[in-house]
Amino acid sequence: MWRDSVLVAGKDLRIEARSRVVLNQVAPFGLVVLVLFAFALGPNPASLTDAAPGLFWVSVLFATVLAVQRSVAVESAEGRDGLRLSGLDPAGVFLGKTLAVAAELAALEVVLAIGVVLLYGVVVHSVWALVVACVAGTIGLAAAGTLYGALAGGLRVRETLLPFLLLPVVAPVLVAGTRAWQSALGSGAAAGGSGDPWLRLLCVFAAVYLALGVLIFGPLQEAS
Amino acid sequence: MASAVLLRAAVALVGRFPALAGVDLVVAPGEVVVLEGPNGAGKTSVLRACAGLLPITAGEVEVLGHDLRRDRVGVRRQVGLLGHDAALYDDLTVIENLRFAVRAGTPAGRRTRAASAVSDVDAALERLGLVGRLRRTPAGRLSAGQRRRVALAALVARRPALWLLDEPHAAFDAEGRTLLDDVVRHAAGAGAAVIMASHEPEASSPLADRIVTMVGGRVSADRQATTSATADSSPLNPAIGPGGLYVA
Repeated sequence: MWRDSVLVAGKDLRIEARSRVVLNQVAPFGLVVLVLFAFALGPNPASLTDAAPGLFWVSVLFATVLAVQRSVAVESAEGRDGLRLSGLDPAGVFLGKTLAVAAELAALEVVLAIGVVLLYGVVVHSVWALVVACVAGTIGLAAAGTLYGALAGGLRVRETLLPFLLLPVVAPVLVAGTRAWQSALGSGAAAGGSGDPWLRLLCVFAAVYLALGVLIFGPLQEAS
Repeated sequence: MASAVLLRAAVALVGRFPALAGVDLVVAPGEVVVLEGPNGAGKTSVLRACAGLLPITAGEVEVLGHDLRRDRVGVRRQVGLLGHDAALYDDLTVIENLRFAVRAGTPAGRRTRAASAVSDVDAALERLGLVGRLRRTPAGRLSAGQRRRVALAALVARRPALWLLDEPHAAFDAEGRTLLDDVVRHAAGAGAAVIMASHEPEASSPLADRIVTMVGGRVSADRQATTSATADSSPLNPAIGPGGLYVA
């Protein structure tokens, strides 16, 4: 399973390195979202600082949808058959695709975090909490996205169906990530409170979807 | 000798449509069987069923000793399917596509086999004429015929025990067709079973040991061909024509 996951992740990341879809399209999209919200909120520094955590995670969520759609799109219908015929462990394929999407999202989050600091003028109180929230949230988003991507992968309407299926499911990441960031930045509703419960929620979400994916990705692949 | 493929009254549904409506087919190791018939006759469905991609809802299907009604996954590493689409990753080069296909098909933990798989890739590329700059060319920039060659090279490198070729001559030029025929003859000579679905009897028949005609998801005729897959025949050889191939 681990060897298969490394093989699949390496393949997907090599494809991304060549096509640069995430770098050239998804990252600018995330930054545009941040800039547009900054314009919409106006020049008041306090409202920008308060909104920064939520806007960061909304941008990450939108970017997740695009990254997952790209991950599904690189496998044509016959390519999906090819993966099934290769005899690769479905759990390994799931983990590999999750790892590749997570790596792409992590790179994107670095860009977005820099954008948040520069555009919204936030001050970071606890770097480790931000990092833990990002790591756990990213793994959870990538795992859930890969799972729902496999569910929608065989359908003609997958481009429109995937956001509809995925965004409500990953709402806990949006809420918990935002709260954890508010705690770490000392801004918004959770300022001054402990971010630990939210970090735990992000970790549980990631663990649940990783386990679920390992168990049901194979049957999903066969069904789609 | 045990059969490589055994289908008895096999039924497969695509949605509610019976893609296979009671197919009977036996293919021995080393045998080349050509499936012919009109569009929608079920030729591709037979190939997909044998690859474990299409579930069988009734009847009996045994492929390379695997009962596909109980387990459709176990047989897949031993099967090579050349479909209508070459199923390549456009952003990866030819050699990267092949290396991925071969590594994916190599069971984990077999370092010796993994090492020999890399040399198999080089040999397959050379055999299919994919040399020089072509090896480093992204698959997305290849012509349809070149893509087909890469897909065929992946099968050559993987050396499956059952070859399932869907319209294999399509998109190939004359040289490509000769290469394909050589590859099929070599695979059959090495003991692999080969099933080809084809609309081009003049191209595929010279390779066939048997020609099976399908209509409406069933086998309507099963005839011996007069030439053998291992015989020195070629579609380019004017001495061998489709008219003289069949036993009535």
